[in-house]
Amino acid sequence: MVENRPILDFICHLILIVGVAIVVFPVYLAVIASTHGAFDFMSGLIPMLPGDQAIANYSTMLGTGISTSGTPPFLPMMLNSLLMALGVAVGKIAISILSAFAIVYFRFPFRALAFWLIFITLMLPVEVRIMPTFKVVSDLGLLNSYGGLIMPLIASATATFLFRQFFLTVPDELLEAARVDSAGPMKFFWDILVPLSRTNMAALFVILFVLGWNQYLWPLLVTTDPRYYTVVMGIKRMAAVADSYPQWNLVMAGVVLALVPPVLVVIFMQRLFIKGLVETEK
Amino acid sequence: MQSKRTVFPNKVLPYMLLLPQMAVTVVFFLWPAGQTLLSSFQRQDPFGLKTTFVWFDNYTRLFKDPHYVGSLGATAVFSIATAVVSIGMALILALAVDRMVRSARVYTTLIVWPYAVAPAVAGVLWWFMFNPTIGIFAFLIRKAGYDWNHTLHSTDAMILIVLAASWKQVSYNFLFFVAGLQAIPASLKEAAAIDGAGPLKRFWTIIFPLLSPTTFFLLVINVVYAMFDTFGIIDATTQGGPAQSTNILVYKVYEDGFIGLNLGSSAAQSALLMIIVIALTVVQFRFVERQVQY
Repeated sequence: MVENRPILDFICHLILIVGVAIVVFPVYLAVIASTHGAFDFMSGLIPMLPGDQAIANYSTMLGTGISTSGTPPFLPMMLNSLLMALGVAVGKIAISILSAFAIVYFRFPFRALAFWLIFITLMLPVEVRIMPTFKVVSDLGLLNSYGGLIMPLIASATATFLFRQFFLTVPDELLEAARVDSAGPMKFFWDILVPLSRTNMAALFVILFVLGWNQYLWPLLVTTDPRYYTVVMGIKRMAAVADSYPQWNLVMAGVVLALVPPVLVVIFMQRLFIKGLVETEK
Repeated sequence: MQSKRTVFPNKVLPYMLLLPQMAVTVVFFLWPAGQTLLSSFQRQDPFGLKTTFVWFDNYTRLFKDPHYVGSLGATAVFSIATAVVSIGMALILALAVDRMVRSARVYTTLIVWPYAVAPAVAGVLWWFMFNPTIGIFAFLIRKAGYDWNHTLHSTDAMILIVLAASWKQVSYNFLFFVAGLQAIPASLKEAAAIDGAGPLKRFWTIIFPLLSPTTFFLLVINVVYAMFDTFGIIDATTQGGPAQSTNILVYKVYEDGFIGLNLGSSAAQSALLMIIVIALTVVQFRFVERQVQY
């Protein structure tokens, strides 16, 4: 701090408190709504204080879902989301650390071409190639499968760049020492590079886990079988029907269930999260 | 292309290492993208039996289609408004946090978490608050004398999606601004303070110019975010309505392709989107290179 200005400090605190209130309010409202019974909304205005139906609502959502709107129970959907998030995160990290290793530690024909092909994927988000990607996945018989949910999302230019950038900063002496000790490339990779990259992998994992959990359009397209629904798309299905037959308390309980896991990951791994976010984008 | 001074001599191994990523890239990225380009030059008859090559006909039709031109406009309004709102709010919060010593960490944690909320879930949350029948904000706005209804008024719908999209993006911008502010040497601010510059003057003459690379970078990132990552928000709130007023490009591609089954037109729209992404990526990378010398 440059100088002592109590009034300015007070204004800053005020700004932050208002800002935090704006950020927290939508979720606060959802949590409150999820603790009420279905009839508490009939008055036309949402209550602002917690009700007493929390346990009933959450156990309904986790165990049975809303049968009238064809929403399956949330517990299996959350497991699907977890599998998808883990699959996307681990898959991306695995394939990009391998290709970054190949690009940095070997010299071979078409090295630059490979690099540029990976780079291009940065410019092709799922949204601009949905129809043909959907067709490829369906031709491969991957509709309604975990493979179909995960595989089209695991190529990642950013993760490859991050590892490449990091490998370039690893001292050459380590490689020379490993070669003097006659370690092969894979031994060098497993015993030196992977342990050195642990923090980077963890930071990347936090970002990719959130990214995988929050996928919406892709699961919406490739799953028609409720056994493979993920929780984020399940919410949307439910909310769309809720407008004609409002079960706001249950919809909001579902919203809370869908947002809590990734939010907890971000809050508890905040340091890694910030590192991953700032480094992958630059 | 950079590589190490010493490398491993293996000839086959690097290809094996690259194979998984290359396979995924070719099968799920390059091949579909090529297919998109190809079918953007084709038209299918209604029964899907015959495909004819029509050159740029799909494209010229798009630009004559008022819905597409409207969608371009809606996308521009939406992405610029979202970028401005979320960058502005993030900058104010970051400046305030920068003055805090002990409480900075707590505030940061409280502001950062919406990054982890899925766009579709953020959409449902804001839709709930502005729902014309039971939404708390819709109720308050109506009390204040304005008939809020985002299912009927296109301005209301646009405001709703901008709010939802900005809410989710503030945390991201905030982190980058905090990092940018921490990178400004304290000696500069102290020198200005000794010369009698107050906080406002310091902000406009020192902090803001030094933050401008960060701000520009965030502007590009936010426009990309608003254009491509907000599908869930639109689908959960307005679904492009009312009267196509919030039908942004990404949503229209999906609607025309999967619901309208107009493959040629959807492919041409995808191709145009690719051009936009490529342009934005180039801008972003050129900028990052320049920033290194800054």
